[in-house]
Amino acid sequence: MKARFVSIALLAALLALLAFGGLVSAQGPVRVAVVMPSSPTDLAWSQSIYSALVAVQAKMGGESAMEIAVSDNMFRVNEAEQALRDYADDGYDLVIAHGTQYGTSLFDLAPDYPETSFAWGTATDTGADRGITNVFAYEASAEQGGYVNGVMAGLMTTSNVIGVVGPVPAGDALLYINGFRQGVAASNPNASVLIAYTGSFGDTTAAAETAKTQIAAGADVLTGSAQQVVGAIEAIQAAGGYWFGTQSDQSVQWPSTVVVSQVFNWVPVIEDMLAQRANGVLGGIAYNLTLANGGLTFKFGSVGIAPQVLVAAGNATEAILSGEIVVARELPE
Amino acid sequence: MIGEMTLFDVLAAAAALTLAMATPYLYAALGEVFAQRSGVLNLGVEGIMLMGAFSAIYAVSDKGLNAGPVAGLLIAVGVGALMGLLAAVINVTFQAQQGISGIGITLLGLGMSTVLFKALVGGVITVQGIGQVYVPLLSDLPVVGPIFFRQNALVYGAFILVPISVWVLNRTGWGLKVRAVGQNPKAADAMGVNVARVRYQTVILGGMLAGVAGASLSIALTPVFQENMTEGRGFIAVALVYFGAWSPWRVMLGALLFSAANNLQIWAQILDVRVAGAPIPPNLLIMVPYVLTILVLVFARQRQRIEPAALTKPFERGEN
Repeated sequence: MKARFVSIALLAALLALLAFGGLVSAQGPVRVAVVMPSSPTDLAWSQSIYSALVAVQAKMGGESAMEIAVSDNMFRVNEAEQALRDYADDGYDLVIAHGTQYGTSLFDLAPDYPETSFAWGTATDTGADRGITNVFAYEASAEQGGYVNGVMAGLMTTSNVIGVVGPVPAGDALLYINGFRQGVAASNPNASVLIAYTGSFGDTTAAAETAKTQIAAGADVLTGSAQQVVGAIEAIQAAGGYWFGTQSDQSVQWPSTVVVSQVFNWVPVIEDMLAQRANGVLGGIAYNLTLANGGLTFKFGSVGIAPQVLVAAGNATEAILSGEIVVARELPE
Repeated sequence: MIGEMTLFDVLAAAAALTLAMATPYLYAALGEVFAQRSGVLNLGVEGIMLMGAFSAIYAVSDKGLNAGPVAGLLIAVGVGALMGLLAAVINVTFQAQQGISGIGITLLGLGMSTVLFKALVGGVITVQGIGQVYVPLLSDLPVVGPIFFRQNALVYGAFILVPISVWVLNRTGWGLKVRAVGQNPKAADAMGVNVARVRYQTVILGGMLAGVAGASLSIALTPVFQENMTEGRGFIAVALVYFGAWSPWRVMLGALLFSAANNLQIWAQILDVRVAGAPIPPNLLIMVPYVLTILVLVFARQRQRIEPAALTKPFERGEN
């Protein structure tokens, strides 16, 4: 018993020495792993974090400074949990669980790896009330860009019918949709906003079927969230209408249909997590992307946009930045 | 427009969408009817559909083979045939437990389509696929024109395939062999029918039609590909075969019922249908077609009189 205590104490002392001496971090690149529900090239949610990691890596000086490991298409939560554990076992510095659905698993496993930093998004909960100190949380105020997109959509519809293809009414999708509805209401009170959820994040066919139904109901402008939207964008492109994007820049694939995309820029968030970790803070901070902190940006396609629409979008952005407009995150039913 | 739509307008639009939505199920389920009528349960339809979907879009895409849509469809048929051949080897020759082997084929199709997609394409691809065909004159008819005659080319194909399947199964010598092999392989064998050969043929045919089902998603109805894009539709197709009690007509009814329920729940969402002033949670509406399928399956049990007696049972010559 005594011998065991001594050996544990020695081990702890050694670890402390290594950690405080900076030996651990000085021994090669920072190692970051991410577990994501779809593909890193999904033009949506998963791509937003992957692009940011690649950008951070480039800023830090390439693969010799930062190593990136990706487990994609982890739509089954139990497989995602195993992947998260494997990365932690493997000694990764920062392990990112890029999906709201991974939260329960993450809080189960994080205490087993006190040396590892974890990050969970979209979420606001770092698990601090459960005594967990090594989880960062991150989310996007998707309602802000949603509002600006909504203002433009309201002005660009000629049928006064706008469709929204949602995945599930939760998380950043719901924030985005709620913001979008408020934006449309502000710029075009006569427009109807038809909202339907597919119940899935990745079902491109269901998204296309939903979009076609909205188009049959007269919609000429659509928006939507999650990696499934590629099906919906195809449908509105075939119908000759417009699309408003969120999460990643979708105009790269459909430049003449995607008017603008609200893009999540996680670069500053990842940089700060790594900086905090280097200073010995392994978690406990909740980040939020906003228009004000530059975490939310807009990428335009090549759709011709009338000047008054751009002015209205600019005014809406200014009003959100100045606090004149506060976009509600929740709406009454 | 939405405010001016009458209930009739909504139902007409829903009918047109339903036919298109039923199409992938119909191809896959009709193929599965042949396999099951001969006594083989191929649960691998989902995986074959995925391979069909990927191979079709890869063939058509300018990031792939840059072939025409018809060539893409034929390649999907070929890939489906190969996957069907694999299913036949496993189930007929090696007499694997059919439920388990089907899951294996599904996982193979999921894994292989994902790996190939990543290796050969890398990101979301879209194509100029098989388009709408407006049937001359008929498409101009009021109401029925837009519902029936302004559909994607593959939609017509799926529905034409129903009477053809009925005819092949019930009116041709080969159809008789298929049914005999599925009902009583020992007797069929005694009559000189090569049981294994017939089962190979039906399972390969099922694979080809599952390939078309996949292609109907990726290069016709939604010309786009993402990993796992079938999202369980192959399993729904297998359920529809039970639902339709192995009859192509009833399978068609099942596919239409499921798709109609699915489309109507989308309309219920976009029209914000409320019960006593309260909105219906979308998750509840999304469940409706699935719940309906389960209910019909439960109540359909009594009328399953034509269930192939030898379904899932391997056959070995000389067995007693």
